[in-house]
Amino acid sequence: MSTHKMSTHKMSTRKMFMRKVLILTALAFPAAAAEAPRLGQPITEADIAPWAIDIAPDGKGLPAGSGNAAKGEEIYIEKCAGCHGFDGVGQPADALAGGRGTLGTAKALKTVGSFWPYATTVFDYTRRAMPLNNPQTLTNDEVYALTAYILKLNGIIGAKDSMNAKSLPRVKMPNRDGFVQIWPGNLK
Amino acid sequence: MAKRKQPGTDLEPVAGNGLLHRRMFLRGGAVAGVLGAAGLAQAEPLAVPEWVTKPGKRPQPYTQPSPFEQGVQRLLPDQNPLYEPGSASGRTPHQFLEGMVTPNGLHFEVTHNGVPEIDPARHMLVIHGLVKRPLKFTVDSLLRYPMTSRLHFIECAGNSASLYGSTAVKSSVQQLHGLLSGAEWTGVPLSVLLDEAGIDPKAKWVYAEGGDASSVTRSIPLAKCMDDVLVALYQNGERLRPNNGYPVRLLVPGFQGNMNIKWLRRLRLTEGPMQTRYETSRYSLLLADGKTAQFKLQLDAKSIITRPSPGYQMQGPGLYEISGLAWSGNGTVKQVEVSADGGKSWAVAALSGPVLPKMLTRFRAPWKWDGGPAVLQSRVTDDTGYVQPTRDALIAARGNKANYHYNGITTWNVANGGEVTHVYA
Repeated sequence: MSTHKMSTHKMSTRKMFMRKVLILTALAFPAAAAEAPRLGQPITEADIAPWAIDIAPDGKGLPAGSGNAAKGEEIYIEKCAGCHGFDGVGQPADALAGGRGTLGTAKALKTVGSFWPYATTVFDYTRRAMPLNNPQTLTNDEVYALTAYILKLNGIIGAKDSMNAKSLPRVKMPNRDGFVQIWPGNLK
Repeated sequence: MAKRKQPGTDLEPVAGNGLLHRRMFLRGGAVAGVLGAAGLAQAEPLAVPEWVTKPGKRPQPYTQPSPFEQGVQRLLPDQNPLYEPGSASGRTPHQFLEGMVTPNGLHFEVTHNGVPEIDPARHMLVIHGLVKRPLKFTVDSLLRYPMTSRLHFIECAGNSASLYGSTAVKSSVQQLHGLLSGAEWTGVPLSVLLDEAGIDPKAKWVYAEGGDASSVTRSIPLAKCMDDVLVALYQNGERLRPNNGYPVRLLVPGFQGNMNIKWLRRLRLTEGPMQTRYETSRYSLLLADGKTAQFKLQLDAKSIITRPSPGYQMQGPGLYEISGLAWSGNGTVKQVEVSADGGKSWAVAALSGPVLPKMLTRFRAPWKWDGGPAVLQSRVTDDTGYVQPTRDALIAARGNKANYHYNGITTWNVANGGEVTHVYA
């Protein structure tokens, strides 16, 4: 009791007030992290790796391995043509090839070749979600080969070009500059 | 001095073709006067039904709607409009619903490779990338956090896409606009979990991944994640339905439905967007000149009349209530107007509160239908001042190839005899 009194004597009225304000502020607006139970368990990036299969547009995340269009065509005929058609013409699933020069017309055809802005997305999406009846079963070499085949079908790379962690991010997609970022604004 | 007419007290229309004052139904007397005459049917003693004279069924552990409501179902696609073998949808039957909250069994869904049956004991949420401490959370641990409950709509950015087409599809409000629902969501603010992981100042986006067989991924601006995004665990009071992301989903209020990642399992903080398939080849807007607007994320203000709507048969001239939904991904509904003459004149509709930000708002307007042709429209204004455009104005601004974010006015034609159909004004 006397100790408490002494400390109040030592402290100026203004300091006391500020101290109260700080305590009250902390109670009214608790810093989220301070108030949360903090139940997240530490995990290393190495342990996350089996899930972290995403590929950034600069190629970050691309695995070792490689493949070209010739190899890709074999896999495509076996595992992809049933839905995407021979030569990527589509039906019943999306067309993967063709449509270049149609985007500004009334009959726009959006394909990997005519529309997709980044080649890395082809690798990422194929590896994580294709084929639909068995996603995430293709080897990295197979995904590189399929990516190469789809790019070759669109005339973006040559038949003998090898796709790998170095070459794939360097592929410039024909419609890259056709994309205009709106965020954080809005469309008129 | 001319006596000023009190709108609604004498069924004087406030807009063309029979639209009455929005408070008319609240004033009782006039309605009784009009409806009363029709109620004088032939007198007959009331029947005593058997459900009064026999005990009813015992309670069930989880109840179901009345068998007499079996027609109230989600609409599943009979063909696949995108020709994607893995994609499917269920559309909300707004023509049969009222109020602002969608029942859980009728909430819309879009899935890209089926609905996973996730064992919550084996599910995990990981936060990593540009953070000080990569963390993993079990579902049980998320359930221990302080909870936040909010009501929000979710709308697929592809909802109403057919209205970009050159002919008005003769279909129901469910088929045209059913990729839209509203619910109360309860969960943990994402900002709490991101703070716990410690945000690297370089981080500007949050890349979110779902744990289903399509592994849908989207990049979300970090500023949005720190503002009002929830890691949702409950939907209208009960745990999420598998179709809506059980055991854990993102709730990104007012943004494209596809960003509300279901079966959420991973968040990576990044400097820039990851350019995933769902934010490049999908959910971007191809404009008239061939350029593509990317990361147009907010769903602009929109409204639809749900009753009467196609499939509803008008039951003769008389008083009807026009009922509908309005919402804005940019804020709160400020005003809804209704027209019965194809937009020539407008009456202000009543808003059924509470009117909440980024949530469906029910609007109502009394209408005295004279039995003749009418053209019904609704138009919302939100609290940013944005006014829902006509279909013509929307298409003039962005062309008809955008496929996503259609929010122009919808028009229902009421024919002589009372058939209601979808038309373009």
